[in-house]
Amino acid sequence: MAEKILADKAGKDVQPGEIVEAQVDYVMVNDITGPAAFDEFDALATPIIKDKVVLIPDHYVPNKDVASAKQAKKMRDFARRHAVENYYEVGRGGVCHQLMVEEGFVAPGRLIVGADSHTCSYGGLGAFATGIGSTEAATVFARGVLWFKVPESMRFQVDGRLRKHVMGKDIVLTIIGDIGVEGALYRSMEVMGSAVTSLSVADRISICNMGIEAGAKACMVPPDAKVDAYLRGKVRGRFKKVLPDEDATYCDTREYDAKDIVPMVAKPFLPSNVAPAREVKVQIDQAYLGSCTNGRIEDLRVAAKILKGRKVHRDVRMIVVPATRRIFDQAVKEGLTKTFSDAGAYVSGPTCGACLGGYMGILAPGERCVSSTNRNFVGRMGDKDSEVYLASPAVVAASAIKGRITDPSEVAR
Amino acid sequence: MSNVMQGKAWLFGDNVDTDQIIPAEYLVTMDPALLAKHAFTKVRPDFAAKVEHGDIVVAGRNFGCGSSREHAPRALMGAGVSCVVAESFARIFFRNAINIGLPLVEAKIGATEGDLISVQLGNGSVVNLSTGVRCAFKGYPPFVMMLVEKGGLIPYTKERLDCRK
Repeated sequence: MAEKILADKAGKDVQPGEIVEAQVDYVMVNDITGPAAFDEFDALATPIIKDKVVLIPDHYVPNKDVASAKQAKKMRDFARRHAVENYYEVGRGGVCHQLMVEEGFVAPGRLIVGADSHTCSYGGLGAFATGIGSTEAATVFARGVLWFKVPESMRFQVDGRLRKHVMGKDIVLTIIGDIGVEGALYRSMEVMGSAVTSLSVADRISICNMGIEAGAKACMVPPDAKVDAYLRGKVRGRFKKVLPDEDATYCDTREYDAKDIVPMVAKPFLPSNVAPAREVKVQIDQAYLGSCTNGRIEDLRVAAKILKGRKVHRDVRMIVVPATRRIFDQAVKEGLTKTFSDAGAYVSGPTCGACLGGYMGILAPGERCVSSTNRNFVGRMGDKDSEVYLASPAVVAASAIKGRITDPSEVAR
Repeated sequence: MSNVMQGKAWLFGDNVDTDQIIPAEYLVTMDPALLAKHAFTKVRPDFAAKVEHGDIVVAGRNFGCGSSREHAPRALMGAGVSCVVAESFARIFFRNAINIGLPLVEAKIGATEGDLISVQLGNGSVVNLSTGVRCAFKGYPPFVMMLVEKGGLIPYTKERLDCRK
């Protein structure tokens, strides 16, 4: 799939290892990576290809301090100065990767780059999407093209019926645990099979979101009718669906039996340091539900179902952050925010804040957090002596109730 | 980008992530000098104060994994780091460093903290001057070498834009 999409966008046949310049469909920057891109772009003194540019403040908005307020203002000013229409103000947007999907920028077969490593999420809908730096983004604003080394592809075949409470997150944690944090370095991952087909688009996005945690350049699920249905009424413009060839060449193929996959946790300090949730005996101080990995309505529903009529453990604070305004509104409409609030959880508007240790949920020395996010590096969510345990929304909710890492089946209904 | 770099080694292990290089709470500026003050602050609190101009970071596999923050190579450049020698690099970090002009070399050179290391991009060799051990590294692909020679992606882009006029 990677080769076919890059060939289409480069306008010629391509081979793995080859470096090509390819036409980018959209380029996205956020409030942290944007400012450097704006300076570099302005120095080029050239017109902006504004229809391809998407500006989303999400990391440190609402502004966490004066310095972040200046960065957010810089983005706002840049959007006005260049009349970029695809700018999403606080209260009208949300976490960039989910917003990119909701706003219809993402579609199968597209080539999308973003100055944020989790841009690979869009592979959940069959796009070739990859994280880039700020300087690169500036050059895409100017030329609409970027250089790519055509990656080799790895296939992950997951067949069979998934167990109850097992989510896309558990599949991707299982894969990363298997291949390691550089197991897909410079490569493209294709995740497929009957278990993947059975997943919602939301779960597929969660899987592809964490491709970067295995070092991958892109991570994709072959798009099907579920993607068509998901995009209906959302997608902008036309797109050309790309599927893997029957006889596609893969540099590595891994096969998994869905029934062997259980609710997983990635322990500190690498996403590859995984273990079944039921085997991790750890008390927690915080439970975090949100982010571009697992802040979608489907994720909130799973957690709310477990929490309904129950209380968050007295020694735990739970923080719930719907990824976008639309998800927030939907959660209110479905009574999910009330369920969280009744359980004693704190619900906030969209921001990336806590996931990267910015604000709105920082950990003190010695504290532990079970989190539906994507990284558990040293000091990721706060002090260098704090710990992050990555897990699915189901494990986060079950753990919040018990005050320790918990397999959802322990509190199942 | 200079062709020969020489400085003392700062040793790091495998999977040094961008949160270690520059923690997210400091991503409120792009000024390399300000970022440099917080380089490796959580894992090597003495780094920022002791690093000297020209020093070389020597690391294991998958250096620079994690976020796409260009602040990471900028913080290292601001700190005066002249080159990173690692067994392998995470791909976004690799692109960012090349695009802004921080040389990276993929090699496994045995070193202890403080050894004097010399890197010659031209002839593709890394030498540990303290031990006398020398190793060769594979050069960049032609397109990447062209970017390096032009001084990064911005000069290249300027040239392409000028061609169009």
